[in-house]
Amino acid sequence: MAAIEVHQMSKRFGEVRAVHEVSFTIERGSICALLGANAAGKTTTLAMLLGLVTPSAGSIRVLGHDLLRDRFEVLGRMNFSSPYVDLPQRLTVVENLTVYGRLYGVPNLEKRLAELAPRLEIEALMRREYRTLSAGQKTRVVLAKALINRPEVLLLDEPTASLDPDTADRIRRMLLDYQRETGATLVLASHNMSEVERVCDRVLMMRGGEIVDRGTPAGLIARYGRDTLEEVFLDIARHRSHDGLAAAAT
Amino acid sequence: MMGLPKHVFSGQRIGAMVLRYLYLLRGSWPRIVEQAYWPTVQMVIWGLVTRFFVTNSSWVAEAAGVLIAAVLLWDVLFRAQLGVSVIFMEELFARHLGHLFASPLRPYELALSLVLISLVRTCIGVGTAALLAIPLYHYSIFDMGLPLLAFFTNLLIFGWAIGFGICALLLRYGLGVESLAWASIFAIAPVSGIYYPIATLPEWLQPVAWILPTSHVFEGMRAVLFDRHFDTGMFLWAVALNVVYLIAGAAVFLRAFGHARERGLLLQAGE
Repeated sequence: MAAIEVHQMSKRFGEVRAVHEVSFTIERGSICALLGANAAGKTTTLAMLLGLVTPSAGSIRVLGHDLLRDRFEVLGRMNFSSPYVDLPQRLTVVENLTVYGRLYGVPNLEKRLAELAPRLEIEALMRREYRTLSAGQKTRVVLAKALINRPEVLLLDEPTASLDPDTADRIRRMLLDYQRETGATLVLASHNMSEVERVCDRVLMMRGGEIVDRGTPAGLIARYGRDTLEEVFLDIARHRSHDGLAAAAT
Repeated sequence: MMGLPKHVFSGQRIGAMVLRYLYLLRGSWPRIVEQAYWPTVQMVIWGLVTRFFVTNSSWVAEAAGVLIAAVLLWDVLFRAQLGVSVIFMEELFARHLGHLFASPLRPYELALSLVLISLVRTCIGVGTAALLAIPLYHYSIFDMGLPLLAFFTNLLIFGWAIGFGICALLLRYGLGVESLAWASIFAIAPVSGIYYPIATLPEWLQPVAWILPTSHVFEGMRAVLFDRHFDTGMFLWAVALNVVYLIAGAAVFLRAFGHARERGLLLQAGE
């Protein structure tokens, strides 16, 4: 069963074509990556899946609901994190999480916070103002906010971008555990190819606002005749198709 | 997994946003002091002006508290407007709108939480100044009784309407229009008859004054203070105009959200 169904979705900002006629389906319980260079359309795609940006054309269904018509029916079952938006700087971590717990109508909020804090290693930060945290600490707090309502669909824009390798690894494990425990659907936009190889079932490759290829990480690597997803990414970013590569190889 | 949001209109979500703004207020004592600072300074200045005029102006001598009452009520309008627009600006400064509107929070729920926190901030600010006027100048605005509630409510609502208009501009044009939040209300001050009757204005300007609820409120206030008479006609005009302005302000604000979603501004809004 599909968690997300996107059909012919486009977005133009004036003369700029941010996303062009993309269609894809993401199955429930899967982990899908949106990969692409800067300005490929990943963040705009995620924003449209959240109802933060209205598509110029096309349709989006999330958890069976038409997102353009009744996004409020489904937003309570989703959540997201992004480096492009922030939490109020002058509120403490526990205040921020309390506000979001209430916005999402989380029952037994104190218990939920007590569960999340050790998982994200933010117990010692709970009484500190958000503005006093390091970039990595802020990322963990935003992830706690993203998990507070036990979302069925979790959209993550560069979730480990500002984390050191050790913390990033633990966050990846935590997200995988969460997905396994709840059967949630995860969509992440990332530039970290090894991360995508490790955690994602499927990859949508974007360039210039279009999906130019898709498949499993192993399938894409095999199809392009490469050793890593990073090499596949570079081929796509530099406009080398797998057909072209195959022809060159022969 | 969480269930679907049960209600289109949620007191819990509005409460969450009010809590967010109360946390902000509680977390910074300068913010609390700032609420009361300007209303108090204005009240002190106009109290001194009143002392001078009581012996030099028969008009002021007739109702000694008229200038203090005027400045306090004007501050109700000003604080109510700031309570909406400046608090909304906080969300822009914090680059927070993306998180808020990826949640089930509806724009009209945000609007309601803004007016509630605006009420709290206005009561702190103007209430403090009004209470200080009692020992300082032996004048209590509360002696007006129920008419005060009518004036207060009308000015509060007009302040919210203007605040929503400014929020819409902030959403559309970003923090570049920040100064409007502070300055725009002063454009209506000269034609609102705060300290003088509307008849003082040039004849051609008087129709402009009468399409503002503020003119009816301040004329009504003078009727109470000078004639001991509550002018129901003035009150009803103010209410009717406020209904129009509030609907227009809220509509512009909500439309600005639609526009922001079309242009991707909810993710970009910030410093």
